[in-house]
Amino acid sequence: MLEVNNLSISFIQYEKGLKQKTIQVISDLNIKISKGEILAIVGSSGSGKSLLAHAILGILPKNALMSGTILYDGRELTTKRQKKLRGNEIAFIPQSVNFLDPLMKVGSQVRSSVSAGEKKEKQRKIFDRYSLDSRTDSLFPFQLSGGMARRVLVASAVVGGAKLIVADEPTPGLHPEVVNETLGHLRELANQGCAILLITHDIGTALNVADSIAVFYSGITIEISPVSDFSGKGESLRHPYTKALWNALPQNDFNPIDGFQPSHIEQHSGCPFNSRCTFKSSECVSKLPLIRDVRFGKVRCYHAT
Amino acid sequence: MQLEARNLSFRYGKGPLIINNLNLELKSGEILGLSGPSGCGKTTLAKILSGYELPQGGSVKIDGKSIPSKGFNPVQLIFQHPEKAVNPRWQMKKTLNEGWSPDNELLDSLGIEKAWLKRWPNELSGGELQRFCVAKALSPKTRFLIADEITTMLDAITQAQIWNVVLNKARENNIGVLVVSHDQHLINRLCDRVFIGK
Repeated sequence: MLEVNNLSISFIQYEKGLKQKTIQVISDLNIKISKGEILAIVGSSGSGKSLLAHAILGILPKNALMSGTILYDGRELTTKRQKKLRGNEIAFIPQSVNFLDPLMKVGSQVRSSVSAGEKKEKQRKIFDRYSLDSRTDSLFPFQLSGGMARRVLVASAVVGGAKLIVADEPTPGLHPEVVNETLGHLRELANQGCAILLITHDIGTALNVADSIAVFYSGITIEISPVSDFSGKGESLRHPYTKALWNALPQNDFNPIDGFQPSHIEQHSGCPFNSRCTFKSSECVSKLPLIRDVRFGKVRCYHAT
Repeated sequence: MQLEARNLSFRYGKGPLIINNLNLELKSGEILGLSGPSGCGKTTLAKILSGYELPQGGSVKIDGKSIPSKGFNPVQLIFQHPEKAVNPRWQMKKTLNEGWSPDNELLDSLGIEKAWLKRWPNELSGGELQRFCVAKALSPKTRFLIADEITTMLDAITQAQIWNVVLNKARENNIGVLVVSHDQHLINRLCDRVFIGK
C-alpha cells in the first residue's frame, strides 16, 4: 500500500547573515506497509517521526528538502496526488484535540470531510458507529469529553473512505480506557483493510495494537521487527538500542542506559547510537551501517545477529 | 514530617465540585501513587498541594502548620509539559538557577550538558527541558515533590533515567513524592502505596 524508499529530509537554515546551513533530520529511511497492517513508528522526541508523517501527507514546511521516493498503491506519490488524496484516501489522525476547529460544531466539521455523496447521512452513520448520538452533532469541541473528542477525530479521518491512515501520537496522557478504545478503532479499521501508520513515543501503546514496529533513532530506522519479538529480556530483538528501550520499561527492568540521543545539530558520522553502545567498534564510528535482513526483521547494525 | 490535606473541596468558578471532602497524607520519604480517570481532579489536587490553587474548603498543612506563602516552597510541583513550565524568554541557565544552584553532580546524573545552559527553551527537546525542571525542583529545601505525569511524553529510557535520579534524591533527602500517572506499570514499579481518585 505504502512504500517509502531511501527517504531523506533536510532543512535549510540561516546561520549568520546570508550564510546557510543544511541540517539533515531524516536519513535513508525505508518502510513498507501492506493492506490490513499496522506499522508503529517508535522513537523519542526529536527522532524525526512526525516529519515522516508530514512528508507522506505533503505538508512539510517550505525550507525542507526531500529526496527518495514514496510509493502509494504502486505509483509515486507526487505533490499533485498528495493534494488529491489527502483528506479522503489518505487520512490523518492528529495528536491533539486542538486540531478540531473550536468555533465549528463537530457535526458540520465532520461533514466538511465528506467529498462525495449524501454528506449528512454519511456523517450520521459514522457517528453512530462510534456511539456519538445525534445531540453530539451540534456540540462544540470544548463541550466534548476527551474520549468523545478522540472519537470525533477518528470519525472525521475515516468518513472520507480512507485506505491509508497516519495517526500521530493519538493517545498521549489519556486514561487506559480511552487509549484502548482509540487503539481498538485503529485495529478495527486495519481488519477492514486499511493500512495504518501509528506514530508514537510510547512503546507500550505500539505493542498493544501494531503488527510490526519500526524503531527510529536520530532520524534513521535502526530496526523493524514483528511485535512478537518484544518479549522476555528482549533476546529476539536485533539492535542494542531497541533492547535498551525494551528493558527500560517499568514492567521490565526499569534500567536505563546512560546518555541521550544526539541532536541533529551535532552532525554524526557512523552510527548515531555508537556513543552509548557497548558493542562499539571502529567501523561503527566511521560509517553508518546499511539496513539488512536479520531473522524476519530488519536492522541497521554491524554487530546484530 | 507529613504533608496533610484535610477535608479539601474545590471547584473552578461556579462549576461542579471537582474535589469533595478529600483527605490525604504524604509522609517524608514515602513514594505515593495517585491514579484515576481523566477529569477526576488529579492535576487540580497537585496544584492545591503545591499552593498554585487555593481550595474553597479544607486546608493543606505540613505537620499541622500552614505552608509559608513567601520564600522557597517546600512542596515543589513538576508539570507534565516542561515547554509550558519554563519562561521562553530566559536562557536555561537562568531558569535552572531560579530557586537554587544545582551542583554539577546532579546535573551530570540528569545528563544535562554544559552547552545546554546557554540555549533557549525552544532549542531543546521536551525530554531535555524536563531534566532541567527536575533539577530545579530537587533543592535541599524541598521536603515534598508532586510529580504530575512528568514522564508521560518521554521515551522509556529517558523516563527510567529521570525516575532513577528522583528516587535517589528522595532517599538521600528524605523527600516525600506524589507520583501522578496513568501508567499502572510505572506506579507499581515506583510506589509504596496508591491513592485512587474518583
